[in-house]
Amino acid sequence: MAVQSIAVTGRVDIPAIVKEAFLAAVVTFALSIPLVGFQTVDVMGGIDYVTHFDRVAYAVVSVFIGRLTLGWLKATRATTAGSGPSAASAAMARIAALASEYSLPIGAVGLLLAVAVPFTNNYYIDLGTTVMIYVMLGWGLNIVVGLAGLLDLGYVAFYAVGAYTVGLLSVNFGLGFWVCLPLAGFFAAGFGMLLGFPVLRLRGDYLAIVTLGFGEIIRIVLLNWQSLTNGPNGIGDIPRPSFFGLPFARSAPAGHETFAQFFGLDFDPNQRTTFLYYLILILALITNLFTMRIRRLPVGRAWEALREDEIACRAIGINATNVKLSAFAIGAMFAGFAGSFFGAKQGFISPESFNFTESATILAIVVLGGMGSQLGVVLAALILVGLPELGREFEQYRMLLFGAAMVGIMVFRPRGLLAHRTPSIRLYGKGAAS
Amino acid sequence: MSAASVMARPATARPAVSGKVPLLDVEHLSMRFGGLVAVDDLSFTAYAGEVTAIIGPNGAGKTTVFNCLTGFYKPSAGRLTLTRPDGEYLLERMEGFRIARMAGVARTFQNIRLFPGMTCLENLMVGQHNALMAASGFSLAGLLGLARYRDAEKAAIDKARFWLTKLGLLAQADMEAGNLPYGAQRRLEIGRAMCTGPALLCLDEPAAGLNPRESAELNDLLLSIRDEHGIGVLLIEHDMSVVMKISDHVIVLDYGSKIADGAPEAVRNDPAVIKAYLGEEESDELPPEVAADLGLPQPTAETP
Repeated sequence: MAVQSIAVTGRVDIPAIVKEAFLAAVVTFALSIPLVGFQTVDVMGGIDYVTHFDRVAYAVVSVFIGRLTLGWLKATRATTAGSGPSAASAAMARIAALASEYSLPIGAVGLLLAVAVPFTNNYYIDLGTTVMIYVMLGWGLNIVVGLAGLLDLGYVAFYAVGAYTVGLLSVNFGLGFWVCLPLAGFFAAGFGMLLGFPVLRLRGDYLAIVTLGFGEIIRIVLLNWQSLTNGPNGIGDIPRPSFFGLPFARSAPAGHETFAQFFGLDFDPNQRTTFLYYLILILALITNLFTMRIRRLPVGRAWEALREDEIACRAIGINATNVKLSAFAIGAMFAGFAGSFFGAKQGFISPESFNFTESATILAIVVLGGMGSQLGVVLAALILVGLPELGREFEQYRMLLFGAAMVGIMVFRPRGLLAHRTPSIRLYGKGAAS
Repeated sequence: MSAASVMARPATARPAVSGKVPLLDVEHLSMRFGGLVAVDDLSFTAYAGEVTAIIGPNGAGKTTVFNCLTGFYKPSAGRLTLTRPDGEYLLERMEGFRIARMAGVARTFQNIRLFPGMTCLENLMVGQHNALMAASGFSLAGLLGLARYRDAEKAAIDKARFWLTKLGLLAQADMEAGNLPYGAQRRLEIGRAMCTGPALLCLDEPAAGLNPRESAELNDLLLSIRDEHGIGVLLIEHDMSVVMKISDHVIVLDYGSKIADGAPEAVRNDPAVIKAYLGEEESDELPPEVAADLGLPQPTAETP
């Protein structure tokens, strides 16, 4: 490769750079001819095309010059100091280490910001609620993937179980949200165990495939079990969460009070959205506190040990079956809680909301944030869910920017944004146990 | 499987031969993989408070014996009895993790198996998982932060600190185990095994890859484990300087069968053992470097 020859000789190898830029230009040419060169247009009674070979030329020339500049910069940097990306990633690694060192104050500031969100406007409250759902799901999946090291591509199945628990129980039996919430967690945990048993002996890729299949099975059952789930039409009219029995409505049935009447406020539809936002914030915080606490307990350490070496776990008397099942069950439980919140917030659920893309997004949040990093999950959820929303003014370039951001993060931080493990217990220094 | 079904007989006080307490009885152990007989009708006894070494050429079936003992393989035939004060455990009938948890057989691995991303202290804490898990009331007491769990955790940390001190790793307690030097990783793995509170410690080539100084330190460590903790040590080792110095009892395997069993001195001069290591020799003379490797009295060539 040309890049290598530059590094080896220690001086700028101009023909190699030109050659590489030329190759890049050729690839651009081949790609942009069909993609940019021709455009279909509607004409009377049919379709026609126009050519834009000028645009192809712009693309080829700009790629050539860009690649040339990049090659030149790389070569000169390599001859003088350390190469660019490694220096940048070293800087980011320092930031990540600092972030985990000061995770408490950072978390506190983040929490303050999160609490302040409802004082902005409706749009941000809604966006904040969505981000919070993903943060909670990310924290839940972090137990399974980040701590126990079990790659789960079907996590959305448990989210669906939670949502449908609320949907079915409330519509069929008239149970309220607050009764359904623990039940949703319970059922989701049950399904987590159900998934756990057949995959006990699987690891890595094989586990990923089976969990992926499990997620699809749940979705397809929901889609096809017409008599129970109403199939693709979904379940509607799920009652919204009440404030400890006080509904958020303009008027309450006789003998009851609404939230606004009880507190002597004027009715405002924003009261509910604000309440929902704080509800998911609290649910997510519970998930986080639970995870942070359980990580310091024997179970949590056993999860991490299982991720590190399963055979060694067995040799020191750890029942790997129980450890795996508990990770699946507890991870699934939080997805169930989040699902029940989602069902009650939307008031309508259908299998549409629980397809593989959701699983992939949640997994991407965990991986991007840095496996096992609680703060990383928040950051990644903001980037993955929040950024595409905020980037709407870029219109169709939004996804392009998003993709570029992903590539950039993976180049500079291949193990995730905040991939820095804090020991669960220390003998020295901050938080020392003695 | 319940404890009752693996405890065949109550611990009847069997006649202790010359004051030694039998800890592990291996009777007619065989392990076949398809047509290959890795271990063939092996019987031996390991005693509490002794170091029993299993040696033999590569492929003799030593690690297979360990894997049978620790439940990684189900033996094709034979009985493995571990005797503890509370009863006898039939290891061949127990699941792997129960062997470590209930019978108290801890092991290390030929290729070190630490939890590399976790700190030394965490490795030793995970070693005490079962005791801590019970104290944490299956996490409930732990989640609630009850005193019962806090006390247990404190005790576990003290135990870990004791072993870190003993292993010379106290300063590295908060360092990731994977970043330790090789010799320290070997020591830490032994410490983790000791933290499980074993009755029998199985070490698979603990001196492999250690330099002479580290080897000597390992000898001291193993002897102190034997003497201060009174547990039995089962040792697979190629490094004869370790085997001959610390073993009370050596068993030699070749092609899955026992070819010698006895005190180190007797085994080292056993013609069958020398044959197994060196093949059929026409003359009695060994090349001096081979003799040194075997730990034989140096010059067979010089004495006529």
